[in-house]
Amino acid sequence: MKLALDDYADAAGPEAVEQIRELARPLKGKSVVHVNSTRIGGGVAEILARLVPLMADLGIDARWEVIDGTPEFFAVTKSLHNALQGNSVMLSNRQLDAYQDVNRRNAASLRDRLKDADFVFIHDPQPAALLQHFPDRRGKWIWRCHIDVSRPFRPVWKTLRNFIRPYDASVFSLAAFAQPLSHPQYLIAPSIDPLSEKNIPLTDRDIDEAAAGFSLDPARAVVLQVSRFDRFKDPVGVIRAYRLVKPHIPIQLVLAGGTADDDPEGAEVLSEVRAEAGDDPDIHVLELPPDSHRAINALQRRATLVLQKSTREGFGLTVTEAMWKEKAVIGGETGGIPLQVVNHHTGFLVSSPEGAALRMRYLLSRPEMMATMGRKARQFVRENFLLTRHLREYLTLVLGLHYGASESVEIR
Amino acid sequence: MDATARRLTVPAPLPIMDCALTIISLGRSAQNLRELRDHLASVPAQSISHHFHDALLRPAFDDPEYRNDFAVWARRQLHDGALAERLGVIDPMDYQDLEQLRQQTIDVVEDHLAEAGEVPQAARGHEFYFLRSQFVIIDTRARASSPAELASLIPRLSTGSIFHHFIEARRRQPGRVDDFSAWLAGWGDECASERDRLAAVDYQLWSLSELRDRIAAALARAREAVEAP
Repeated sequence: MKLALDDYADAAGPEAVEQIRELARPLKGKSVVHVNSTRIGGGVAEILARLVPLMADLGIDARWEVIDGTPEFFAVTKSLHNALQGNSVMLSNRQLDAYQDVNRRNAASLRDRLKDADFVFIHDPQPAALLQHFPDRRGKWIWRCHIDVSRPFRPVWKTLRNFIRPYDASVFSLAAFAQPLSHPQYLIAPSIDPLSEKNIPLTDRDIDEAAAGFSLDPARAVVLQVSRFDRFKDPVGVIRAYRLVKPHIPIQLVLAGGTADDDPEGAEVLSEVRAEAGDDPDIHVLELPPDSHRAINALQRRATLVLQKSTREGFGLTVTEAMWKEKAVIGGETGGIPLQVVNHHTGFLVSSPEGAALRMRYLLSRPEMMATMGRKARQFVRENFLLTRHLREYLTLVLGLHYGASESVEIR
Repeated sequence: MDATARRLTVPAPLPIMDCALTIISLGRSAQNLRELRDHLASVPAQSISHHFHDALLRPAFDDPEYRNDFAVWARRQLHDGALAERLGVIDPMDYQDLEQLRQQTIDVVEDHLAEAGEVPQAARGHEFYFLRSQFVIIDTRARASSPAELASLIPRLSTGSIFHHFIEARRRQPGRVDDFSAWLAGWGDECASERDRLAAVDYQLWSLSELRDRIAAALARAREAVEAP
């Protein structure tokens, strides 16, 4: 994909683009390598697919490498992932051996590309053990953690910590996710790409056609939640909130999401959601393929109001996406949602289906307030959560490490 | 002032700088007001600076009601309106240095602890996280050689430039003025009204993009009023 930074001037502002160019000036010709465990699927791959070409557009020798793993390795890293998010999952010595073995083999195959790189970003736990195989590394190595490790299962965190400690820095998405480590821990929030299929502007006709395809009544308000069918997203709570609103306001509810092959609970939660929805024709439970970006874009734009009633959340990029589309959002008070949803400004935070129902009734009765919130929400995302801000912070971090400054670096 | 004399006293062009921020976690957090007080006493001064000054550059919703992180936390997480008001009214520019600012903040917290029947406590997951900033300051190579040029540059400046020249400058400049006002002072009485209008822009009440609009409005007449020599 050929991406140019100038393409973002309309969405982010020409001054933001110019600032990035200035920041990148001292880094021209430097090599930056990102390493993760998949090229397709998931938020990390989505971000790298856009971020790496933009770095290259700035004259940085930016590359993206993906480690090869075995089914056993990915089963281990899935357990590792769950344990870091707080589930009590022990890893056996055999599993740890499988983890280390795959990292050792990938270290050998990536040696030429990583050993002399100026900066290496290792994303998430899967390739974290690569670093120990590069005692002769020349550049700075940074561990980028995208997951919520605010309350990890301690025995597993202590094991992973041994691999993380030797890094020059780590990066977490929120302050609450950072863990005590001896190197600097940077905080960089994730972002959305305004030029991706999920976020590009659509015509009214595109939106109407998509809505008709999902049998939505064009005359009535639509309340939408987009998320995986996961208990932490509380889809059943959303249906309960809808039922409290329905006697007062004629609304339709859309729960749009998918299940993943590596998520055995997804199908179970989906059947719970269908059971809760019953035969109500105004509840639309949509199981969408993972590449339904345009359909999600259309649904978010068609929605009158967006919910993200999670009880646990990482950052909540579906909230960011909805806000970019000028929607007021009612969100659970958890993870990164309170960073985005501010009571009376961009939406409301709630802690129960009853709270969600009250706020839905309140906002659906005040379309002007929703429109004002929506405008404020878009401006807020424009200034804070677009890919350009993400790129700017990576460049700032790299410059800080490059010049070894503790507080400030001046570039003339 | 005749034209020759004026030309001799023209100030050097104002270099336009930009700055970008990354945030570093100190790995320290407070669950209640007493813990906040203890950490306030021992965190690096850079962290005090971050929570009073630098938060404007951080990706977060701008809350014009309370202009520092301690006040926002007191209001939103401790649900203590009186404490939020007392912390929110602290103007960091009133203090000679960060140590004095630290001491004033501790005093407000300790006074409140002495008055309160119970130690105000945040719910789990809503702790106060201590952070510090790392800045990269860049010379954009743009220069304003006249007030008119400055006025035309302002709308195109990044929020980082606005932060550097209009807020952070007050910690560098004698008299705690912003860079634009300090530079315009070199133009003498010709720019007195611009300086007055800039002085009326309360940097504590607006987001950086709003400040940019207000600075641009304050200098709007400079385009016509002052010609470059």
